[in-house]
Amino acid sequence: MSTPTLTTPAQQEAAVHRVSSNLLDPKVLLAAVPDAVKKLDPRVMIKNPVMFVVEVGSVVTTVSAIADPSVFAWAITVWLWLTTIFANLAEAVAEGRGKAQAETLRRTKTDTMARRLLDWPASQAEEQVAATELQLGDHVVAEAGEIIPGDGDVVEGVASVDESAITGESAPVIRESGGDRSAVTGGTKVLSDRIVVKIASEPGKSFIDRMIALVEGAARQKTPNEIALNILLASLTIVFLVTVSALQPMAGFAGAPQTLIVLVALVVALIPTTIGALLSAIGIAGMDRLVQRNVLAMSGRAVEAAGDVNTLLLDKTGTITLGNRQAAEFQPAAGVSVDELANAAQLSSLADETPEGRSIVVLAKTDYGLRARAQGELTHATWVPFTAQTRMSGVDLDEADGVHSVRKGAAGSVTNWVTENGGTVGKDVAELVDGISAAGGTPLLVASRIGSAAPRALGVIYLKDVVKEGMKERFDELRRMGIKTIMITGDNPLTAKAIADEAGVDDFLAEATPEDKMALIKKEQEGGKLVAMTGDGTNDAPALAQADVGVAMNTGTMAAKEAGNMVDLDSNPTKLIEIVEIGKQLLITRGALTTFSIANDVAKYFAIIPAMFVSVYPGLSHLNIMALHSPKSAITSAIIFNALVIIGLIPLALRGVKYRPSDASSLLRRNILIYGFGGLVVPFIGIKAIDLIVQFIPGLR
Amino acid sequence: MSSTLAGWLQALALVGALALCYRPLGDYIAKLLTTAKHLRVERGIYKTIGVDGDADQRWPVYLRSVLAFSLVSVLFLYLLQRIQNHLMLSLGFKAVGEHGAWNTAISFVTNTNWQDYAGEATLGHTVQMAGLAVQNFVSAAVGIAVVATLIRGFTRSRTDRVGNFWVDLTRICLRLLLPLSVVFALVLVANGVIQNFHGFHDLATLGGDTQSIPGGPVASQEVIKELGTNGGGFFNANSAHPFENPTGFTNWLEVFLLLVISFSLPRTFGKMIGDHRQGYAIVSVMGIFWAGSAALMTFFETHASGVALKAAGAAMEGKEVRFGPWATSLFASSTTLTSTGAVDGAHDSLTPGGGGVAIFDMMLGEIAPGGTGSGLYGMLVLAIVAVFVAGLMVGRTPEYLGKKLGGREMKFASLYILTTPAIVLVGTGVAMALPGERANMLNSGAHGFSEVLYAFTSAGNNNGSAFAGITVTSPWWDTALGLAMVFGRFLPMIFVLALAGSLAQQQPVPATEGTLPTHKPLFVGLLSGVVLIVVGLTYFPALALGPLAEGLH
Repeated sequence: MSTPTLTTPAQQEAAVHRVSSNLLDPKVLLAAVPDAVKKLDPRVMIKNPVMFVVEVGSVVTTVSAIADPSVFAWAITVWLWLTTIFANLAEAVAEGRGKAQAETLRRTKTDTMARRLLDWPASQAEEQVAATELQLGDHVVAEAGEIIPGDGDVVEGVASVDESAITGESAPVIRESGGDRSAVTGGTKVLSDRIVVKIASEPGKSFIDRMIALVEGAARQKTPNEIALNILLASLTIVFLVTVSALQPMAGFAGAPQTLIVLVALVVALIPTTIGALLSAIGIAGMDRLVQRNVLAMSGRAVEAAGDVNTLLLDKTGTITLGNRQAAEFQPAAGVSVDELANAAQLSSLADETPEGRSIVVLAKTDYGLRARAQGELTHATWVPFTAQTRMSGVDLDEADGVHSVRKGAAGSVTNWVTENGGTVGKDVAELVDGISAAGGTPLLVASRIGSAAPRALGVIYLKDVVKEGMKERFDELRRMGIKTIMITGDNPLTAKAIADEAGVDDFLAEATPEDKMALIKKEQEGGKLVAMTGDGTNDAPALAQADVGVAMNTGTMAAKEAGNMVDLDSNPTKLIEIVEIGKQLLITRGALTTFSIANDVAKYFAIIPAMFVSVYPGLSHLNIMALHSPKSAITSAIIFNALVIIGLIPLALRGVKYRPSDASSLLRRNILIYGFGGLVVPFIGIKAIDLIVQFIPGLR
Repeated sequence: MSSTLAGWLQALALVGALALCYRPLGDYIAKLLTTAKHLRVERGIYKTIGVDGDADQRWPVYLRSVLAFSLVSVLFLYLLQRIQNHLMLSLGFKAVGEHGAWNTAISFVTNTNWQDYAGEATLGHTVQMAGLAVQNFVSAAVGIAVVATLIRGFTRSRTDRVGNFWVDLTRICLRLLLPLSVVFALVLVANGVIQNFHGFHDLATLGGDTQSIPGGPVASQEVIKELGTNGGGFFNANSAHPFENPTGFTNWLEVFLLLVISFSLPRTFGKMIGDHRQGYAIVSVMGIFWAGSAALMTFFETHASGVALKAAGAAMEGKEVRFGPWATSLFASSTTLTSTGAVDGAHDSLTPGGGGVAIFDMMLGEIAPGGTGSGLYGMLVLAIVAVFVAGLMVGRTPEYLGKKLGGREMKFASLYILTTPAIVLVGTGVAMALPGERANMLNSGAHGFSEVLYAFTSAGNNNGSAFAGITVTSPWWDTALGLAMVFGRFLPMIFVLALAGSLAQQQPVPATEGTLPTHKPLFVGLLSGVVLIVVGLTYFPALALGPLAEGLH
């Protein structure tokens, strides 16, 4: 995985802790054993045809072993049962990890009481009801210290809300009526003020309910690709059942009819048990990996679609660029030195608390070595703070030769200040201003005046959007993965193009309206492409619903969250890239373990077939290339290997195959090498190693 | 010239000739399958049978047309054999028996051309020409027609139409098979293959006995026997008979003919989907298996162990001296890999290794290059399975040539790869379980088992060559092998057509850097591996009890 983008150190710590949640911990395995045994119920097993065949085989060998006991019969019987239990264990461990999370969520749901408003807004009369009785459209009131009883939108008031129960983020968030910050989630706590909430979910179908169902895997349905893979696995199982059934009369003719136990052992060794056992665990773990990154996928289908995404729509602000523009360069007027301009710019910005203003101070300090003076340092100064009305900031310094005034601000405002005080802005400065505008930046004019002399323009500060570090590499990576990135921005086309070029995105949509977004998604989809996007506003909802992967920000409105098929609890738009990677990782894990499972069969054949028939055709001992001790030890070793490999691969299934963003060819080469050739070679070594031990057991010699 | 040098030159000449034909023949077939123009004679045919030549069919309709046409063909061929004694040019042969006629009718309609009869002792010229030769043409054409629908499934989008069976069938016969047959029949005649309407000539031999020398329209039937990967010989000895295959050159030409269409179809595929590299990838996989099989077979036949065989220099039992082990091995490999089943030597007399190669060739499912059409669709279905697993490993839900491989597609692909092994193994298993049927085996032990396995493998895969050694004319064998041939031919066709219909409905997904490339050497290797493993795993136990048990000492 590439580095997850986590904003705070606390979050990073938490994530690291969660990711490494003890995959190989024997305690976790042991805790899952009761669940694994419970899953032996044939009604549950039949959903997994491959493992159902193993269970039926286990029953058959048990009966045979009771009827005709021998060490060999019991050894095979016990290991077949273990194979079935190991498969269930994989699923149980995967589910167990979700259950722990569900438990935390459920605690927030306990017996909340709601203050339902009877006739809002006409009156403020209220009644106490259980939160579970709230209906769609009810109005409830919540005040500081109270738990919000259900999902909904704030219709009156503004409050700070603690959403840590859901997001794990302890900093409170502001929720207010109207706009895109109106959604509140049941189970979260009002910290200050009073809000009226219109309930937007039906009882039992709230966001928390769905989250619990999702992380527990209760709502889990097989995804399309999982179904397709299951069909292939089922048909391979049938092929091997036929192969082995037809083998018995052939063996009888050869004079070596086989016992039922050996035939069952052969079937189990051949059918794709490894992938059959781990398939559902892989799916659950994939969803779980999203949960660990604070993303909730509403369906496994969405996770799969994420792996297939061809086009990413990314919002410029917050995703590609930092939230605010920053000073990038000082461009002095003719006859003014850069240092003079930088000094004036810094002075005039000391009273500007906006991020832009601070960035000017920082630029003067880092590039021109000008120490940022604290406002208190200059006792003889009168500060002119930035306001939205004046769109200027500056300072008046009481010097010996009169008042030194410095002003900095929007080009129009400062030009007015200069002309009002009898100065003129030179043509060269006007050209600088136009040049910056043309390049998509924002020009800020700096002017100064000494005493009652005419003010003069010193030059221009170039403010520009700053592309987040590492984004260009990220987009190159995505391009290698075959994913096209489109930047969405409200900027004019000129500005948009400049940023798009700098960030290295493939395309951009400027002056984007929600309708434009929708049209773009439809156009891409018409060509057969899958589109992913993030959104938070209510007007994003149609586009979120139309996109194949729509990630709603948790800070967004309820409508957006309902429309998307994933919710990012951290509200971090960059996470879309990680979601795509998780989707791919899920599919790769599935493919890799299928390949491994099928490749394993070769070695098992070389162990079992000579063992079955070497008594009648001694020449077949040439096929015993592992030089296994005896027919019984060979078959037992193959079955033990088959069971142990499931346990051995549980961590891989849960963690996912290592994924490095790269093009398809190199991914394929790498995975075939590891899981294809590895799958051929590993069992030869494993079976031989087990045989070296098993051969000393009396009865298996 | 040493036999080794001659063998190498033959093989190289063959590869060269096939390579020369790849582009023009493949492009020509693509054109005839896609053009909107009808020939005048074709329009006449459509009018006569009441078909709108410009209207495409949905896949179920296409399938019904295939099945109806085949059913009528079976009935006609059956009837023709049953009333043979009333027909002209029947050379005095009596009507063919019930189960024999059923078996032969099925056998020729399914492009298997398994022969439970001896041609020159059973059938007159009318049945040979009006019955068998006609099926040699149309059964080959049906295979090409079906693969055309699968290719259209990839090229078309958002449609439920996969082509018009009657148009495909007519065009393939008239524009492809007939012209090529006329040309190469003349070449065969020029090189000594007979073409006449004589009956038997009784001649006195030098030893004082009388020998009955048969005649007949052999060249015209010989050419389509190879070209259409049919394999049913005019004579019982098939291509080992001097009237069918008189010289080393005709032997080489017959191998060329039985390979040329199937090896050119990947070009047709590449042309129709608009990406020749995909065709090269598929033909490479076919070529690898063909070359590997021919090399292995030649190795086993020329390096036989045993005193007598060493004295002869090679395993010469059952081989024509005029061809020798090299040409015989080349022929045997090519015929078992193409569903042809013609033979120029006795396969029963191949060394255990050589016989094993022949069985394994057929078990591959006739895909390298396989029967006309059926070889390519078999390979494409395996490519779909390979893409499905490998596609996941590049982190996308799998897609082949822009079409997603979802549950529906995998259902039909899985059923396809499941069908033939099930037929072969269940058939063999049942035969081995029935004591009466085992009694028809002339050999016991592993070799006897190999013969039964060979018979069902040959029938289930629509090959038609025989190991001989079992008496297969009993009602049980005629019926069982007949069923194996019917199911082995038409069940896969149903799945291929359903697959074609499902693919044609999809809108293609554009290829990106993240898409699994299916034209590179890596994919060629992967597909070869999948073919080998899928086949190997399915048949390994049976092979272990037959050829492996025989060959390993």
